[in-house]
Amino acid sequence: MQGIEAIINGKKIVAEPGMTILQAARANGIHIPTLCDHPVLKPVGACRVCLVEVEKNPKLMTACSTPLNPGMVVHTHSPRVLEARRAVVELLLVRHPLDCFSCSSNGQCELQDVAYELGIKESRFADEGDTCRSYTLEDANPFYVRDMNKCILCGRCIRTCDSLAQYHAIDFQNRGIKTMVQPPVGKDLENSDCTFCGQCVQMCPVGALSEKTSIGQGRPWEMEKVKTVCSYCGVGCELNIHVNRKTGRIANVKTDYTSQTGLNEGRACVKGRFAWQFVHSDERLTKPLIKENGTFREASWDEALNVVVGRLSHIREEHGPDTIGFFSSARCTNEENFLLQRLAREVIGTNNVDHCAHL
Amino acid sequence: MTNDFKSIKKADVLLVIGSNTTETHPVIGAMIKERKKNGAKLIVCDPRKIELAKYADVYLRQKSGTDVALVNGMMHVILRDNLHNEAFIAERVENFDALKATVASYTPEKVSEITGVPAELIEEAARIYAAGPNSAIFYTMGITQHVTGTNNVRTMANLALLCGMLGRPGTGVNPLRGQNNVQGACDMGCLPDVFTGYQKVSNPEVREKMKAAWNGIEMPATPGLSVVKMMEAAGKGDIKALFIMGENPMVTDPDTHHVRHSLEKLDLLVVQDIFLTETAQLADVVLPAACWGEKDGTFTNTSRTVQRVRKAVDAPGEARADWEILTSIAQRMGAPWTFKSASEVFDAIAQVTPSYAGMSYARLEEGPLAWPCPTPDHPGTPILHTEKFARPNGKASFSPCEWKAPHEWPDEEYPFLATTGRLLYHYHSGSMTRRSAPGEFVKELYVEVNPKDAARMNLSDGDRVRVTSRRGSVEGKAKITDRVPPEMVFLPFHFGEASANILTAAVIDPDSETPGYKVSAVRVEKA
Repeated sequence: MQGIEAIINGKKIVAEPGMTILQAARANGIHIPTLCDHPVLKPVGACRVCLVEVEKNPKLMTACSTPLNPGMVVHTHSPRVLEARRAVVELLLVRHPLDCFSCSSNGQCELQDVAYELGIKESRFADEGDTCRSYTLEDANPFYVRDMNKCILCGRCIRTCDSLAQYHAIDFQNRGIKTMVQPPVGKDLENSDCTFCGQCVQMCPVGALSEKTSIGQGRPWEMEKVKTVCSYCGVGCELNIHVNRKTGRIANVKTDYTSQTGLNEGRACVKGRFAWQFVHSDERLTKPLIKENGTFREASWDEALNVVVGRLSHIREEHGPDTIGFFSSARCTNEENFLLQRLAREVIGTNNVDHCAHL
Repeated sequence: MTNDFKSIKKADVLLVIGSNTTETHPVIGAMIKERKKNGAKLIVCDPRKIELAKYADVYLRQKSGTDVALVNGMMHVILRDNLHNEAFIAERVENFDALKATVASYTPEKVSEITGVPAELIEEAARIYAAGPNSAIFYTMGITQHVTGTNNVRTMANLALLCGMLGRPGTGVNPLRGQNNVQGACDMGCLPDVFTGYQKVSNPEVREKMKAAWNGIEMPATPGLSVVKMMEAAGKGDIKALFIMGENPMVTDPDTHHVRHSLEKLDLLVVQDIFLTETAQLADVVLPAACWGEKDGTFTNTSRTVQRVRKAVDAPGEARADWEILTSIAQRMGAPWTFKSASEVFDAIAQVTPSYAGMSYARLEEGPLAWPCPTPDHPGTPILHTEKFARPNGKASFSPCEWKAPHEWPDEEYPFLATTGRLLYHYHSGSMTRRSAPGEFVKELYVEVNPKDAARMNLSDGDRVRVTSRRGSVEGKAKITDRVPPEMVFLPFHFGEASANILTAAVIDPDSETPGYKVSAVRVEKA
């Protein structure tokens, strides 16, 4: 396929046919700031942060939604572009609370990044009419919190719900300055089509949506990501466990929408994303237990293993290996299942080994 | 699954039967909805009006336990109207005449009587599936958890073979497996009749191979007992000791009262788990295990794809990874096991398992691999049966099945049919999800009751109902919804304190030994 040639910031570039200006710029290592764009979502040109100057076009154009044409001459950081981009961001900031230090998104907020990049400290429009909204914090469900005061109406959540979650639980409601993202009129989130898969939360570029399960668990920059696979159903979604090394605890679970290895294309459900607190439950077993006279007492590993081995050996000698049975687990790893059936077959000498495949 | 997830994007027709996909496998549910939105046709067969039914081109609401009749009826229509794939059958399938003979009597009219599905819908579904060009079948426990489960599965395979819907992207017979590593546990030989990779324990050559690999120990030749049979044997005193790793049969097995009796009768019950579950409470010794996120290893998903899982945090207190505990036990019993890491165990798996032979942690680091993957340079097998079927002559064989009524059917005393299943928010015995955020969202058992039945019983949403079978009785909150048809109730089985499995019978499919969870005759009354 013939590449498309164009000029961005004076540099000749080649891009694949069908690419937008933004995609072509990224493919050639040229940075254009964005807010409403995400690589796996359909571009809509809502936020206007990616405005660029295209020669011979009187108006600035959104790089995310404008196809690159052969011979285009594009300026991504011309004075005119920068002035417009600043105005766009400052207008967003008029209605965005600047409580960054207590915001869960601090450090991963894309609005913060764009403002920083453009050298904006405060909005010059701040005292002109409409100021911050005062929506009530919505935290009725145990999965995520909505703070509509922080919403920049980029619509990433709506597109995520539509195309990745395949629901349409939320959409824009009302008009003008009253526009907000909502479940259908008269329904709260908990009674809408929302299945709390939390994909919109991960997609939110600001702190309008945040995981309730990770409040206070650590700052984004403190997290170490460990790639793994979900422990629930058989789909096998690739997940990233975010570990806070200071506490040694899981702080969040997210996915990677651009992963080359995941089978789930970045998708995950309510269990994959939000049902990990059991790991740190106070009810976890931490010591071997031996039952005596109907009640458990704690024991050392040495003692517990000796009891198990002694009594298994005794039963095998007394009654034969086939009076012993093993239940393995579809929850455990392949390695563990492999060793359990070897324990049954090689060490005890019975084929009485099964698991809950049918249950 | 015969096919991989990418294959879903190539399907022209999706037939979903006995699978509440959007709740039990939400991500595949989303993929199915996406494909439907992009132009595929969707056929949904389920007694419950599940979410996917909303989007279906044809929705067939068969009575629970009538799947064989329903699909035989579809095949009858396909053969009658000459819509089958003659060339595929001639080249790749045997026993066609037997199939024709069996389905001949399953006229849409007769099938309609058995299943309650209007004849014209059976005809329409049959025509859409056969027309393809690429049609894929998806099923879950709604097909397998019946006393005729094996025949249900055979019938799905018959339908796919009849229309040549195997071995290509967009086709396949795709069971969606319910648990993260249920495929892996089967692959690893945690089944009473096979070693790893489904190598039969009854085959002397295989036993010799394992003996050579596993310290020269003679391998037992007689197939062992299944979970349900072991429980039965324990109840009779024939099994004296049970070693249970990471399972909670007190909640997940059928007929809870009987399970308790069996476990209490044992001389020794060892439970290795992460919580003091309902089952662990009955144990003589409890060994604390590390859980997900605390250990390295691999899981094999529903599409036979092996993926690495990794340790992120330390296990609490003295809890240890299951593979370490098992190694310690084996060593103390005199076995010369030397495993120091999960990776070393994986190499031992690859050594004796032809379908995993080409895999290693080094390769899995690069990305997942689907078995069979016989050699280190083999790319894995995302789609099975592209050229040959896994029989000596390379051909598949039709296994025609007659429909048989379930083990239990509603009668005057127990006029309702109860079916059990999983909710989006919970998982199995609930020991993990109920201790996590979803536990605050759905807290207790509810029972889905059809509005007509509710009106007759003067039952309002949220009222307590008692559901009673021949085994026992549970109480929950009524949820009045037309998701269930009249005279049927649905109970999720995640709630140990009101276990739906108190109702179910330990009556099993003779081949797979899977319990018939999806059908119990019950009485329903206001509590």
